[in-house]
Amino acid sequence: MGEQLATADILQKYGTGAARAETPAQPWLESLRTGARERAAAAGLPTPKQESWKYTNLRPLEKLAFGPRSQDQIGIDRLPNLLPQGQSARRLVFVNGQFRADLSTRAALPEGVRAGSLANALAEDGAGLKDLLGRIANGDGEDQAMLDLNTAFVSDGLFLHVAVGVRIDLPIEVIYLGTAPREPQAFHPRCLIAMEENSSAIVVEHHAGIGGGAYFANHGCEARIGERAELRHYKVQAEADDAIHMANVHVEVGAGGVYDSFALTRGARLSRNEVRVRLEAPGAECHLNGVYMLRGDQHCDNTTAIEHLAPETSSREVFKGVLDDRARGVFQGKIVVHPKAQKSDGHQLSKALLLSDSAEMDAKPELEIYADDVKCSHGATAGDMDPDALFYLRARGIPEATARHMLIEAFLSDTINSLAAKGLCPALMSSVGHWLSDAATGDAP
Amino acid sequence: MAANVETLEQVQAVTEKYKYGFVTDIETETAPKGLSEDIVRFISHKKNEPEWLLAWRLKAYRHWLTMPEPQWAHVDFPPLDYQDSYYYSAPKSKTDGPKSLEEVDPELLKTYEKLGIPLKEQEMLAGVAVDAVFDSVSVATTFKGKLEEQGIIFCPISEAVQNHPELVRQYLGSVVPAADNKHACLNSAVFTDGSFVYIPKGVRCPMELSTYFRINAANTGQFERTLIIADAGSYVSYLEGCTAPMRDEHQLHAAVVELVALDDAEIKYSTVQNWYPGDENGVGGIYNFVTKRGACRGHNSKISWTQVETGSAITWKYPSCILQGDNSVGEFYSVAITNNMQQADTGTKMIHLGKNTRSRIVSKGISAGRSQQTYRGLVKISPKAQGARNHTQCDSLLIGDLCGAHTVPYIECRNRGAVVEHEATTSKISEDQLFYCRQRGISQEDAVALVVNGFCREVLQQLPMEFAVEAQKLVGISLEGSVG
Repeated sequence: MGEQLATADILQKYGTGAARAETPAQPWLESLRTGARERAAAAGLPTPKQESWKYTNLRPLEKLAFGPRSQDQIGIDRLPNLLPQGQSARRLVFVNGQFRADLSTRAALPEGVRAGSLANALAEDGAGLKDLLGRIANGDGEDQAMLDLNTAFVSDGLFLHVAVGVRIDLPIEVIYLGTAPREPQAFHPRCLIAMEENSSAIVVEHHAGIGGGAYFANHGCEARIGERAELRHYKVQAEADDAIHMANVHVEVGAGGVYDSFALTRGARLSRNEVRVRLEAPGAECHLNGVYMLRGDQHCDNTTAIEHLAPETSSREVFKGVLDDRARGVFQGKIVVHPKAQKSDGHQLSKALLLSDSAEMDAKPELEIYADDVKCSHGATAGDMDPDALFYLRARGIPEATARHMLIEAFLSDTINSLAAKGLCPALMSSVGHWLSDAATGDAP
Repeated sequence: MAANVETLEQVQAVTEKYKYGFVTDIETETAPKGLSEDIVRFISHKKNEPEWLLAWRLKAYRHWLTMPEPQWAHVDFPPLDYQDSYYYSAPKSKTDGPKSLEEVDPELLKTYEKLGIPLKEQEMLAGVAVDAVFDSVSVATTFKGKLEEQGIIFCPISEAVQNHPELVRQYLGSVVPAADNKHACLNSAVFTDGSFVYIPKGVRCPMELSTYFRINAANTGQFERTLIIADAGSYVSYLEGCTAPMRDEHQLHAAVVELVALDDAEIKYSTVQNWYPGDENGVGGIYNFVTKRGACRGHNSKISWTQVETGSAITWKYPSCILQGDNSVGEFYSVAITNNMQQADTGTKMIHLGKNTRSRIVSKGISAGRSQQTYRGLVKISPKAQGARNHTQCDSLLIGDLCGAHTVPYIECRNRGAVVEHEATTSKISEDQLFYCRQRGISQEDAVALVVNGFCREVLQQLPMEFAVEAQKLVGISLEGSVG
């Protein structure tokens, strides 16, 4: 257990003081926050002594002294777009965790779709959210202190509700901007998604820093995917260099439902994506994929836990990473097949390319199986790029640097190109290209 | 009344099943029950040990008192009561000292015969030197002369303390430090016997060295300590096999095995572990908490672990290799079978420190009944291990829908010139294969044994001949009652 903090200290250290002011007083919401705050204070920050935090140390976070939320409206000249104009159903922009209507688009959405700010939804229909918020992501389970910290300050973030049978083809684009021009900032956006039966939606999250500075983005997300519903949840994390990014995603998938997630990580000095999926009914399916590209002293941790609770559920997981300089990649994947989940199918793969002698990769792919009629497998590799492939390209007159870039792109591209939402692949591949060209211009330390 | 009769019958049926379950009646000289500094002193005094060893034991004991029980393994058992156990017992005839096999207590010899290791026959036919540990004191050592000619030392560790103190002092605790973990620490404080092997420079040991451990006197935990040193350019193959008599109370078995391979040396260590696993309801059975570790200290050295684990109520065992020397090689081949209420948490650690070090892990786990089995392994590539290579394969087979099979590998890679690969699969025993066998008139149980033997072939092949045959039979016996 980490150092225990008094509840008041938690409020002071990580709170922004603004959480309560923004949303109207609602007793259930207040007790949700208080409960989480007390749990977070009792547990303290996770430390490497805890098994699920073995490879990730939050000391850099402890060292930050957060200032009060800056009250000035931050001017944004240019939004870091991921999707071309007109390619998204709606664009929602959050700056330091707060919704900015002035930067967001208000294009009409199909009937039955609500996509907007959680704070607004709480203000308009607080009682309606009572049974949704904090139900799936409720702090149960091991080492959920970061989620509790998020819940303690829950106020704003994405709220998406898709009614029975409604399918939206264009993605909902969510841009989270972080900035801390003067003092370090902490914010705790919360995303709440409810997909009803037979519905389908694509959510694309883009996390970026503007103007640099040290900030702590502690995201929480919970999604309920109903029968035969589909949620494609993609994320590009390109936070500022000094940022700390944490994301706790909790998902429940109903019969025949699909949760498809992809995370591209290239920003933040310290980041962790923790995804917990419960496949609750027969036929539920999830795909958790990701790529990460790190250099300097960056640290990225991808931790996933998939629980097969019902028969004939399936999961697929592929994470690939490229590590340069002193970067450290962590992959902890766990598949649990419960006794009733016969005929389940789970596959997991972690691959890492180490480009420098000081880079480090720690992988812990874990299977926990209590049913016999299952097919589960996992694999993990780490190492340098194939010298034969490099030689092949060099022999054809391609300079070494270019050849290495080609091989890295090829290594990452098959995960990216396996995305179901094909329209997004070019944007993701160009993100890989940017990362590679940063190295070429000597941007790396 | 009827229920009582039924229980009696059940107990009898169970007793019949475990054919090695019997207790030899020999008067034993036993230290008082419980554990204290006095007991540690008593053991050391009994063994006529030098002052430094007693000091080492006491230091370990004091440290042990401060250590918490390890909690991380996927096993579940009530807390151990260390005071409710005897820590020293010796067959009484020891003081006279048998000079040849004829002088050995006939009761003892019979025990070995039941276990299928008649010493004489082995001496004559198999060419195997056996250092048989009966409870805590070695009673017979054969082939000593032959080995001595080559300068090989193969003796009980207590004898080595007397005759080769410089070697023991140099290497004891150098691979598994006294404070390594709770169970190893306890062993360091109270170890009573075990084998000591030293192979001199350039000598290839002409025979397989083997030892059979056996827990006999009731309520006695056994704490063997094995130390094998292969000097530069030498080779040795060492076999270890165990069976234990039937008993209701849980028994603790905390052994430590240390291997040291110097330049160009090779050690092959094979184990067949068949301690009493407890009955169908998980009553009784041995707690097998073993620390086995080998250090490839020299360049081009090699350590290979092969294990067949079928027994024990709880197995907690991670034979590991520390690959210090450049180009050194570590191997781990394992078959673990759990049935009924058995629990096993086993695996290996491969710590790559030297350049171009290589390791290979093949683990086959079979769970049946209501057993739980975990593969837990670590592959660590240090920044200096340029060109290191690891390949890990662990497969689990599930028989029945009440058992569990888990895989928890840790992979830590800190060198880009290294290649680390891990694969694991978990699946059910193939219905098609069983059906094929059944169609050809093979009984269900034989069919399961056949399929499982095929599944573990890769590992069983690594065993020396004598063991391979025994191990194949054991695979079948262990799975009895798991299907149908």
